[in-house]
Amino acid sequence: MEDALLSVKNLSVVFKTTSGTVQAVDDVSFDVKEGEIFALVGESGCGKSTTAMSIMRLVPKNCTITGGQIIFRGKDLVKLKEKEMSSVRGKEIGMIFQNPLDSLNPVYPVGIQVSEAVLLDRVPRDEAWKKVVEIFKDVKIPDPAERVRSYPHELSGGMRQRVMIAMMLSRNPKLLIADEPTTALDVTIQAQILEIIKDLKDTFGTSILVITHDFGIVAELADRVAVMYAGKIVEIGSVLQIFEKPRHPYTQLLMEALPKITKKQGRLKTIPGSVPNLYELPAGCSFHPRCPKSMEICSKIAPQLKKAGEGHFFLCHREG
Amino acid sequence: MSDLLEYAVRKLIIGAFVVFVVTVVLFCIMQLMPGDPIQLISNPRIPPEKIAELKKHWGLDKPVYVQYFYWLFHILQGDFGTSITTGQKVITLIKARLPYTLLLAGGSLIFQYIIAIPLGLMAAYKEHSIFDSMVVVSTIIFWSIPSFWLGILLILIFSLKLKLLPVSGYDGLSSLILPLMTATLPNLASTLRLTRSEVLEVLREKYVSTAYAKGLSEKRVLIFHVLRNALIPVTLMFFLYLPWTVGGAVIIETIFSWPGMGRLLWTAISSQDFPVVQGIIFIIAILTVVSNIAGDIITACLDPRIRAEIRGES
Repeated sequence: MEDALLSVKNLSVVFKTTSGTVQAVDDVSFDVKEGEIFALVGESGCGKSTTAMSIMRLVPKNCTITGGQIIFRGKDLVKLKEKEMSSVRGKEIGMIFQNPLDSLNPVYPVGIQVSEAVLLDRVPRDEAWKKVVEIFKDVKIPDPAERVRSYPHELSGGMRQRVMIAMMLSRNPKLLIADEPTTALDVTIQAQILEIIKDLKDTFGTSILVITHDFGIVAELADRVAVMYAGKIVEIGSVLQIFEKPRHPYTQLLMEALPKITKKQGRLKTIPGSVPNLYELPAGCSFHPRCPKSMEICSKIAPQLKKAGEGHFFLCHREG
Repeated sequence: MSDLLEYAVRKLIIGAFVVFVVTVVLFCIMQLMPGDPIQLISNPRIPPEKIAELKKHWGLDKPVYVQYFYWLFHILQGDFGTSITTGQKVITLIKARLPYTLLLAGGSLIFQYIIAIPLGLMAAYKEHSIFDSMVVVSTIIFWSIPSFWLGILLILIFSLKLKLLPVSGYDGLSSLILPLMTATLPNLASTLRLTRSEVLEVLREKYVSTAYAKGLSEKRVLIFHVLRNALIPVTLMFFLYLPWTVGGAVIIETIFSWPGMGRLLWTAISSQDFPVVQGIIFIIAILTVVSNIAGDIITACLDPRIRAEIRGES
């Protein structure tokens, strides 16, 4: 095993709501290695964001980590006290969120918000401010000396996401979690942001965990990928392995649903049915009601992970 | 900042118009009141020439709108006329009473906010905890208590049974405690509930997660990010409450024989001393307009998004 920077082991997370408890993350395990980009893919509600928030220990109050470990550089983050956790956040693990308008405080200029992070490292005030302007330059914000004084509402979505990246970059974390970093943005801006994230990895050696529903982004960015469905990882492997030969029927369907320029015409393929209600998960394999290849056993017994190749595993009764 | 100044001036012009409308309404009420002041001070034996002379002397022979402007001119100079019952200048009466009302209303508002903000923040932060439930339940109780009943209850307990505090009147700061409590408790409950719900709303915002993700301490996130945003509507309510608290002082001042403007208004209404009633209502109207404008301007100072809107308008 290569040295894993972050290793999530058998993570289980439960939501308590008025209508009952929900297993949002069910026995999820994966590693993010030093200097790699790892993608967690799935439909909305599959538990990928909850997994990310659990790593940061920023889950809502009605949500608890019921089992498993999150080992980051030898420490189990699940066991850390709140105070110790706040020294991990930002300093060692940074996180950017889906909607860059909601993610910035509307009442402070963006420079102040970034410098707040820099100042945590006991940098003198004027130096911190200089550093903020410097990082703004790094993430390709035009007129950085001017823009630091702007309020979030005065910036475009792409600029705001750059500010978020600058903020999380400012303390040189070892790992950056990007939760749907481009979902709320235009396609051209998306490409620019992805470019910045890639640069980041190359220049600073930051490992990145990308949460997305978009296989396009996975192909663009990631080294390895895990596909999640209804709280479970159904397939995990390198991007090459998974794009070349997806083994789980769900991954196969996701691949087929990708728009292709080479195809001449016709409607996009979709996966029939919808994300299962987590309150009443189907017995056996949670995917079997939507699965075109389901067998009798699928509705009775939950499948076990099978090995398909070096570091390539999938969760299915069939041989893929 | 010049945008903000322009905004303030615009608000003031609108405010001046509102005050103008209030004076028209007040004057109309005065005109519609039954009875003629000349008849009040004369009797049928006085010859008509004398009455005409008196009317001329008081300006009552002029058309109504001339009389209005004449009256407005005096009001703007602070001359509200003379009280019918006491014969004193209305402005002297108000001037003597206003500080007591401001002491009671202002003190009550300040106390409310000093107590409500930290409690509201803590209750929201520890939502569903025992502390939070206690806060929620006690605010419902205090909010439901009518102030006249609360006032009498407090007098009963602290003045008559325990003999700790004076029953009524004004005799040093110890007399302030009971009226202040009566004025504060019900409003404290609503300010507390407002603070709590605003903080709860902000806590759900994504930028709070960002603040934590940066690595900020809990305290820093709560004060610098959560409270700072939650206080914008709470501050606005301070200015909207201010005239209400002054107006609401009528009942409390009457219960405690507090020598303030509220009780003056109460006695003036009961004895139909309309120049005094007009004077006080005019002052409350001005206070309402001014504190509304102050609230708008301070909210704009606190929230850059509102400043941006103002810039968009002008």
